[in-house]
Order: sequence, then C-alpha cells, then structure tokens
Amino acid sequence: MADKLMSMSDAIATYIHDEDAVAIEGFTACICFAAAHEIIRQGRRDLTLCRMTPDLVYDQMVAAGCVRKLIFSYLGNPGVGSLHAIRRAVEKGIPAPLELEEYSHFGMVGRYLAGAYRLPFFPLRSYIGSDLPKVNPHIRFVENPYGGYGKPPYGDGSIAVVPPLNPDVAIIHAQRADRDGNTQLWGLLGVQKEAAFAARRVIVVVEEVVEETVIRSDPNRTAIPGLVVSAVVHEPYGAHPSYVQGCYDRDNEFYLRWDKISRDEAATRAWLDEWVHGVQDRAEYVAQMGQGTWERLQPGQARAGPVNYGVYR
Amino acid sequence: MIDYTPSEMMIVTAARALVGVRTVFVGVGLPNSACNLARRTVAPELELIYESGVYGARPARMPLSIGDPTLISGALSICSMADLFGLYLQGGRVEVAFLGGAQIDRFGNLNTTIIGDWEHPKVRLPGSGGACDIAINAQRVFVIMRLRRRAFVERLDFITSPGHLGGNGERVTLGLPGSGPQVVTTDRCVFHFDEETGEMVLSSLHPGAELAGVRGEVGWALKVAPDLRETEPPTEEELCLLRERLDPEGLYR
Repeated sequence: MADKLMSMSDAIATYIHDEDAVAIEGFTACICFAAAHEIIRQGRRDLTLCRMTPDLVYDQMVAAGCVRKLIFSYLGNPGVGSLHAIRRAVEKGIPAPLELEEYSHFGMVGRYLAGAYRLPFFPLRSYIGSDLPKVNPHIRFVENPYGGYGKPPYGDGSIAVVPPLNPDVAIIHAQRADRDGNTQLWGLLGVQKEAAFAARRVIVVVEEVVEETVIRSDPNRTAIPGLVVSAVVHEPYGAHPSYVQGCYDRDNEFYLRWDKISRDEAATRAWLDEWVHGVQDRAEYVAQMGQGTWERLQPGQARAGPVNYGVYR
Repeated sequence: MIDYTPSEMMIVTAARALVGVRTVFVGVGLPNSACNLARRTVAPELELIYESGVYGARPARMPLSIGDPTLISGALSICSMADLFGLYLQGGRVEVAFLGGAQIDRFGNLNTTIIGDWEHPKVRLPGSGGACDIAINAQRVFVIMRLRRRAFVERLDFITSPGHLGGNGERVTLGLPGSGPQVVTTDRCVFHFDEETGEMVLSSLHPGAELAGVRGEVGWALKVAPDLRETEPPTEEELCLLRERLDPEGLYR
C-alpha cells in the first residue's frame, strides 16, 4: 500500500497547475473549501472549474481571480439566493470576464459518467424543447440507431447527448480514507465517485485517516479506491461552511452572511484577505473560527446498526 | 375566520393537489412545506424525493437546502445523483414534481436561466439545476410561484424547462415522456391547463382575490374556466401542522 498522505499545500502545489480543469465536487455536502482556499493562496490562474453547483466555493475562487471558465448546472447559493461574485463577473466582467458552459444536473452527471466510462458521449432524455442546446453547442442530438419503433417510453428517434468530462484534477472531500486513498463516504454521494474516476488526478481530503483494516471491514462504503487517487490530505473541518454527514452541520449563518459580503466587491476582497490570504492553512482557519463555531455545528448521534459480512475461509 | 398568510394559502393548496400521490420530487422552500403537509394529511403514502439523491426523506427540521443533512438521517435510501436522475427520474418513478421559476408563459414553460439575452444578461439566474430534466421526465409537474406581472409573461427570455411548449400537443409530438405541467398554484389563485390546447386556464380564486386583479398580473389574455371557483381556505388542522410541526420558525410563512 502506497502512502499518499501529504499536506494540502504540497498536494495543491504538486497536482494543480494554471489552466487546469478542476472539479471540486460534493453536492451541498462535502465541498472542500480548504482546497479551494489553498488554490487561491497559491495564486493559480485561468482555471476551468467544473461543478454541478458552483456554490460559495467557486464564488470565492472567481472573486479571487483564479477562474477563466465555469462548467456547471446550477449557479446559486443553495437555499439562500444568488452567487454575487459570479454574477458580477458574468454581468459586469469584474474582476475578469467569465466564460460559462451550462447544462442541467442530469447533463453534468452524464458528462462525468461518460468521462469515467471512457464513452464518447452520454445519452439522456432531456433538453428537447429547452433553449439550453441553443447556448451550449456541446449539447447535441443523435438519432437512435435502434429507432423507428416510436413507442413509449423510448421515443422515436432523436435523443440528447453530452460529451465526456475528464477534469485534470478532481478534489473529493469525505469522512475517511486510508493512506493509500481508499475512501469511504456516507450521506449524499453526489457525483463524487464519477468525478474521481473521470479525472486524470484525484486529491482526496478527509476528516479522518484510518487504517486499511477499517476500510476492509466495510467495503460497501468505499466509494473511491486508492487505485485512482494521487494524494490524501487530512484536513478536519475542511468542508466548512458546507457540511460532512455525522461530523458537522452546514454553517447556514455563514451562507446567509456570504450573501451580504459577496454583494460588495470590497467586502468580498476584505473577507478573502482575512480568511484565505490571512491564514497560513486550514488549521489556522479552524482555530480562528473558534470553538464556539464547531460546537454550534456539532450534530447529535444517529448510528447505523452494524451488518454482518460473514467470515468465509 | 382563521387568519393565514398568502404563503400558507399556497402551501395548503399545493399540498391538497397531492391527494393519493406516492412519489413526489420536492424542492426547497414552499414545495418542501407542501409535500410534508400532504404526507400528514391527504397523501399518507407519499415518499419525498430530493434531487440531491434522497428517496423517502423524513426531515426532522425544516431543510435549509436541497441537500440538508436532515434529509439523509432516517431516509429510506440515499443514492448517487446518477442513480437519482437515471433510475428514479428518467426511469419514470416520479409521479409529481414541483417546479417554479422567474418567468412562466401561458403554456407553463419556465425560465430559471436569464433575464435579457444569454450573451449579455441583465440578470444571471441560477440556471436549470435539475429542472429541465424534471420538466421532461416527471409524470406530472406542479408549478408553485407567486403571481406577479414580471413573472407571468407573454414571452420568456429563455426556455429552461419545457412545459407544453407551443401547446396543442407539442410535447407528445416531440416524444417527451412526462405529461408536463398540470397545475400552477400561486398566492392569489390556481391555474390548470386546457387538455386540448395546453394553455393555462384560471380555475380558482383564493378568498379575497378578484378576477380583475389576477388578470392585471398576467401578461397575456387570460382564459377563465366557466366554473371558476373559490379556493377552500386553510383549515385549522392544516395551519396547526404547518406552524407547530413543519415550520415552527416561520421561515416560509
């Protein structure tokens, strides 16, 4: 078993370059802000960021000037409203113009799936009648080669297709992994596995590093095998202000606060100066947030009953 | 007479439309309240599906987003989004889905993408999320949105999610699997869609709403059902469930 454990700073320095296509995935949960902040600190430029829901994490990276293009399906502050830094870039070109390539959720899922399966495209029953294909030439329609029968539920000919998405790097946050990168997550699974298998390099960031025996005791929970993982980073609270199931709740107060901060360009810069550039790493961020924050976000216990895998000799 | 807010009227009306439904694709906010209310009243078999990958949620608090951790604890199943959109939605397992938008037209087509031109937007909205996929694949779509002139428009700036498209059976001609929008619940009235033409028809007014006032908020020559009714106001039981059990903090009141 390889030991891929390294610091966040080393992982970003080693595996993320200017102009890379980067996918920091995690649907509402397990969004690795710690990695995003390190990318900002190291001054990466001209990134293409892929993510179903750009969320605050990409709003911050766009505000910090790291981003040239977004590939996405939902551009909102979930449950709160707009992503104002991204809107400022799109509507006014501040701090720089931002190229958009947009899909529906299923379209983004399909892109990662095609990328992971090494398929030339993924067919899905969507987009017919929508204007999305008019503004995104990558959404196309092909004739069903088995078509002609015209019967429901398959339709009679044309079906939408999306191309594969193979990010240069995927960053996946999870509850635990071993030092080889065998990664277990629970709660929302998002497109974490698909994005990891689609990417050329994978950085796994976890709340807890465990022994291989822990992973082997519950193999059904392993979403991502060390096989596809380049680096493992141990970063408790690395997904704050998003949440990690069973570890900490979403910091909704921050999501609401970001709505106010991000409306103002100077306030956004000041926040980045204090909480990203002003700290050396995630550990310092966690310390500065203060124990009160972590106590407020601590969930109660709801343990799953154990299952018996059996011993077969 | 019991006092209630326009939002409560919307939630209660939307909940009642779920009578007998087994699976519903839920959005955060008003649809979430409506679906949880329906499960406790008219649709005890109702299972809540969230696009984040949750089937059979039993939220113990008001979810603050579509992926709130309260949706996971105690759910029947959590799956990847590939499974949620592929097996549940495209697989035809979603009976009813709630959608809303910044703009809707007379055929129930929805815009959640852009105000203005896509290349030079006046307002950049969130975009599709799952809406386009849902609008096409859910068996039936229920729309919930506030009645405002700027939202009920003659022509959308962008069709994110197809409703009845140009009407007159265009969905069927194009082979869309689901039957599209069936009802639009607003804070002042309810619309249904004409089965032949696919056009929105005013079918009931909430207590206190006037026909002229509703017409004034709709950007096209509105058709009115010959048997236009008054919507039943919320009952004490419905309000009690909403206020004490589902949304005690009044987030969506």
